Amino acid sequence: MSTRLFELMLWAAGKTVLLSAISIAIGLAIGLLVCAAKLSPRKLLSIPATIYVSLFRGVPLLVQLLLIYNLLPVLGIMVPSDVAAIAGLSLCTAAYQAENLRGGFNSVPRGLIEAADMVGMSPWQQLRRIRAPIAFRLTLPALVNEMILILKASSLISVVGVIELTRMAQNLSASTFRPLLFYSVAGAIYLVICWLVAGGGSLAERLMRTGSSR
Amino acid sequence: MTRPAVRIRDVHKSFGSTEVLKGIDLSVPKGSTTCLLGPSGSGKSTLLRCIAFLEETTSGLIEIDGDPLGFADPGGGRSRTRLSAGDIRRVRAKIGMVFQQFNLWPHMTALGNVTEALVTVQGMKRQAANEIGNQQLARVGLSDRGHHYPSELSGGQQQRVAIARALALSPDILLFDEPTASLDPELTGEVLNVMRELAETGMTLVIVTHEIGFAASVGQKIAFLDHGKLLLDGPPAEIFGTPRHPRLEQFLETYLDRGAATLV
Repeated sequence: MSTRLFELMLWAAGKTVLLSAISIAIGLAIGLLVCAAKLSPRKLLSIPATIYVSLFRGVPLLVQLLLIYNLLPVLGIMVPSDVAAIAGLSLCTAAYQAENLRGGFNSVPRGLIEAADMVGMSPWQQLRRIRAPIAFRLTLPALVNEMILILKASSLISVVGVIELTRMAQNLSASTFRPLLFYSVAGAIYLVICWLVAGGGSLAERLMRTGSSR
Repeated sequence: MTRPAVRIRDVHKSFGSTEVLKGIDLSVPKGSTTCLLGPSGSGKSTLLRCIAFLEETTSGLIEIDGDPLGFADPGGGRSRTRLSAGDIRRVRAKIGMVFQQFNLWPHMTALGNVTEALVTVQGMKRQAANEIGNQQLARVGLSDRGHHYPSELSGGQQQRVAIARALALSPDILLFDEPTASLDPELTGEVLNVMRELAETGMTLVIVTHEIGFAASVGQKIAFLDHGKLLLDGPPAEIFGTPRHPRLEQFLETYLDRGAATLV
């Protein structure tokens, strides 16, 4: 493989990482809102959140992407394919992240909240200082998992016309007639990125003590 | 007569259809150590949690230093009304609580646990809070452990940090819910010693415990609960002296250190 072609592969890998990272971040923000709504005692909030989660978890991501890509122009919204891809990935990962976060919040031991009650913390102070930080630590392994899943699932966004790592490998195999080489390189790049994410995750876990050990 | 630190009037508490407290009347004098004893399921922990307002009573009233906690009854026993969250927090600020499971926040150091409310709730500057935190940690013999996380401390040390956390807010009343029940036997001593020192300072302590020897020697008042009722209430010499109530006798026999109790 010439340097030029390898550079193209790396550029595409950068695009995969960038779009995945943006989607994960937006998905986390939406996920937090959906999780808060789902934990709310008000049905007006919790029912729509439940519907959101079941819809976006129940429909294949590929179908979601095609739907969004074709729906936006019908609504008169013309966006670049990158934006449509980010929208699809974010909305999907938000549903999973909302459920992960909900699990985290529900796993904060009751006694820790009672201790916060006893020192006079208001519900908002408890959320900010006790519940959210602990829930986040409990959720971190699931978040890393979700990052890896989205990185790999981002290969699907080629269907909305985004040239990312998988599509680049496809294009280059077609033009050079060397599919084995380019798909192997693509696979290796995905693997390395996932290793880095997983490694970063375990490092973060070690830095933020969960207190559950020993 | 001065106002009692805690006054409990005809308190009932049910969980579903199970009545756990069946009309408790008890007053805790200021500056005294009161120990709540009783077999498992007698309702002593529930009573303590009602005093902390971690459980809401089904009926009856609890007053902390004359102020109604959670519910007020202007109608004199017929119709109680729930107080606002702000009122509840204001009255509860007089109370500190030490839990059986320590309940230290795992993501904060020992010093962080002790100073958290000073900074977050009272708005104190970090430096001033740390000063108080370090004083309180020294008081429980842990001045060198401030920067350790709970997971790096033994059970006895964790419980002492939890005591320091409660003390940092200078409560009038400190509640202990079986503070040594989840500790290894060799670690209970260090926690009981801290509690004994606190009792000597004249702080009002209410302690749910199975350490009968400790209750007999440190407690000024013993309240013995059985099946949700207050069976006995008086100074240890009277409660543990002969002749003993048959239920207490039975309880002491099952709770091993009868020898300690007979020393009184």
